[in-house]
Amino acid sequence: MTCTEFLALLDELIDDEVSVPMRALLQQHLEGCDHCEVTLSTTRKTIEIYRSHEVYELPNAVRERLHAAIMARCKNGC
Amino acid sequence: MATIQQIQENEEHPDVALVASAKSGDVHAFETLVNKYDRQIFRIAQHITQNKEDAQDVVQDAFLKAYEKLEQFQGNSKFYTWLVRIAVNESLMRLRKRRTGKMVSIDDDIETEEGSVPRDLADWSPNPEQNYGQAELAEILRKTIQGLPHGFRIVFVLRDVDGLSTEETAETLGLSVPAVKSRLLRARLQLRERLSRYFRKKKAGEK
Repeated sequence: MTCTEFLALLDELIDDEVSVPMRALLQQHLEGCDHCEVTLSTTRKTIEIYRSHEVYELPNAVRERLHAAIMARCKNGC
Repeated sequence: MATIQQIQENEEHPDVALVASAKSGDVHAFETLVNKYDRQIFRIAQHITQNKEDAQDVVQDAFLKAYEKLEQFQGNSKFYTWLVRIAVNESLMRLRKRRTGKMVSIDDDIETEEGSVPRDLADWSPNPEQNYGQAELAEILRKTIQGLPHGFRIVFVLRDVDGLSTEETAETLGLSVPAVKSRLLRARLQLRERLSRYFRKKKAGEK
């Protein structure tokens, strides 16, 4: 397996959507390829960091204001 | 095993009952939905519009539009994906207004090959996010994701941050499944590449 072939299946590997035999082939490539190992681990880390850190917080005061505005109009039948 | 799976499959999503109550005029049921999803809708709107005031307006308008159109919601898709679709359209409309009427679609700014091949192949420090304070890290993450074309950014946010499936993301954005897949791979690789500038292991002597 080449690095390009590995890369084409990177998302499937990360999302756990590869068959057992394909997983074995990808694993075999990883064992001999530091570059793909780094690409895989740092891509996983990228996703994990964005998943666990809120980039855009909605402050409570703004939330309350928006809720009040939304609900006031809903109660009036919009 | 088969029985357990069956029950799970037949189990109703909690939103179904809330939507049904809201349809029959229970505004508190709708308020529960607002409470449940407002942060995610704000996040999506902010990622598309890149403007706080616009994103707040989108939250308000998207929920009001959802409430108005609740009768038309058939329940073929999840309430949340239906709501996101409304919010994405509202966000694109806001963006268009800012750009003085220029058409804006989810296909804009898609560069063809940039970032599809990993270049920075240095490993990262262990738990690199711990080398930064909360505010500093948030700034890095914001700056990094802002640099992506918005058609990539929104696919990444829906799939990886919000946890929608590929099919749901495709339906929400009006894209094909292969288009979502190819954008997701490129979004992930481009983000990885950009974050690597901050997170890569420093060589001896580097600050």
